[in-house]
Amino acid sequence: MKMKKFLALTCAAAMVFGLTACGSAAADTTATDTAADTTTETTDAAESTDTTEEAQAPAEASADLSGTISMAGSTSMEKLANAVAESFMAKYPGVTVTAEFTGSSAGIEAVTAGSVDIGNSSRALKDEEKAAGAVENIVAIDGIAVVVDPSNTVAGLTKDQLISVYKGEIKNWSELGGEDAPIVVIGREAGSGTRGAFEEILGLEDACAYASELDSTGAVIAKVAATPGAIGYVSLDALDDTVKALTLDDVEATAENIKAGNYFLSRPFVMATKGEISEQSEAVQELFKYLASDEGKQVISGVGLITVD
Amino acid sequence: MNKQQTFSIMGNRKNKSAVEEIAQVIFTLCAFLAILAVISITVYMVINGTPALFQVGIREILFGTVWKPTAENPSFGILYVILTSIIGTALAVLLGVPIGILTAVFLAETAPRKLAALVKPAVELLAGIPSVVYGLLGLMILNPLMYKLELAIFKGSDTHQFTGGANLLSAVIVLAIMILPTVINISESAIRAVHPSLKSASLALGASHIQTIFKVILPAAKSGIITAIVLGVGRAIGEAMAITLVSGSSVNMPLPFNSVRFLTTAIVAEMGYASGLHRQVLFTIGLVLFVFIMIINITLNSILKKGEREDA
Repeated sequence: MKMKKFLALTCAAAMVFGLTACGSAAADTTATDTAADTTTETTDAAESTDTTEEAQAPAEASADLSGTISMAGSTSMEKLANAVAESFMAKYPGVTVTAEFTGSSAGIEAVTAGSVDIGNSSRALKDEEKAAGAVENIVAIDGIAVVVDPSNTVAGLTKDQLISVYKGEIKNWSELGGEDAPIVVIGREAGSGTRGAFEEILGLEDACAYASELDSTGAVIAKVAATPGAIGYVSLDALDDTVKALTLDDVEATAENIKAGNYFLSRPFVMATKGEISEQSEAVQELFKYLASDEGKQVISGVGLITVD
Repeated sequence: MNKQQTFSIMGNRKNKSAVEEIAQVIFTLCAFLAILAVISITVYMVINGTPALFQVGIREILFGTVWKPTAENPSFGILYVILTSIIGTALAVLLGVPIGILTAVFLAETAPRKLAALVKPAVELLAGIPSVVYGLLGLMILNPLMYKLELAIFKGSDTHQFTGGANLLSAVIVLAIMILPTVINISESAIRAVHPSLKSASLALGASHIQTIFKVILPAAKSGIITAIVLGVGRAIGEAMAITLVSGSSVNMPLPFNSVRFLTTAIVAEMGYASGLHRQVLFTIGLVLFVFIMIINITLNSILKKGEREDA
């Protein structure tokens, strides 16, 4: 009997331990998955540039360029800055690109103070920042689509309506000209770049009343597609046919409209410099040339952003 | 021919003692590995989980109700998250344990042999299904049903926030199903371990089979059944993957039709992009969960020790 109890105890302890381990393992996997996703994207981008680089390398003699480029600024631009830094350094092994993520305003301050070469900002520069010597170089545009389930009869929202919906003031689609169905407000988790951009553009920082906070773009699309009356937001490049994108202020969510500046749920990604690009160091000038090249554009669209011409 | 004999287990004394010693060392190493893992996890959790506690304030974290980790003035209150884990687990146990124990009684006592042969593998299969599959099924089947229920109950309500079926109740149901195999298997073994003489005596005194089950067998199997319940609690509180898909994952008061976030899902949901203090607080949540699991383990051990003393 004693032996049996001992066995039971051992098994029981092993099981509880196993379960706990399962819980934490699950957490770990998700974390690493996300990390892996980002790296895959970046390496993808890097790989694609590698191939083109090989073709052009003899003509350009890129190895000659050397120096350092320091960036600081927007946390939303972390993915873009890292991807650009990585692929640029792969192309020009002599150049070191460092990136810090301190926030848009801090980045612009740093560049006007001359402590970094490039200040990353995920918003347009203010007039006083331009007066202080910062030059606005828009390298990419971040666009967000508002999606609903395909059977929803509402075709579009105004900015004010969208804000009211996400604040929880409008709770039924009938108030927006749709069917009598409650609105299920879906968003991303705190810390997500898409959520940050969405709330920042609408002036809703941490004021949203979410019914569901999901931890990936795919999950938002799946949930919206499966839930009648749901509304969600996703990065524009993730849009697919399972959900319906709403027009905002009667403007469709397309890359063209965003480039033309008609679609309000978008923001520029600015790499600000102190003075014009032509006044910068050779390495920095080359970086901007690189961003405007086809390879650079591949990197930009590789992280889900819209390129500028 | 003679050579082959040297390989026999009847080898000489020297060989034998060497084998014994090596085996001894291997066993000891394996045992230390397990202990090492436990100690390093504990140390790691404490080192990573405590700084945020002091930086933000123990009261602000454990008893704050506002979770806004990325706001300008961030707020890291996880009271609702803790309450959700406690209430969600309690409800899941309340739902799953009676079903589990009665199934165990059925399997061990009343089931016809053929039917038991069908149910038993089914239960074991239930234990082997990956938790994410439970979550997916919950997402595809349970959530739409819950949404219909929600629409019916809160029809015309101005104050209720509609969740599309992703709520505490969905998570509780998924958890209840997930703890079933644990509860059933352990209670069944406990019931089977009750000495047949007790059952025979009860029947001989004229008690019916059902009376015998509830008055004699279940009380006799008490400590095993409590073990089953505690292990069920452990499984429910540590589960993350399944409920992250069905619970909605907003930080709210744990009411049945609210979208809620558990301790486990709080870590899973935000670890991806969290940085700085936010990330540290996620580790603190992990530490809280760890403490809960430890309490459950200690409870389990003391129950088993008590049972052992009663037996002796």
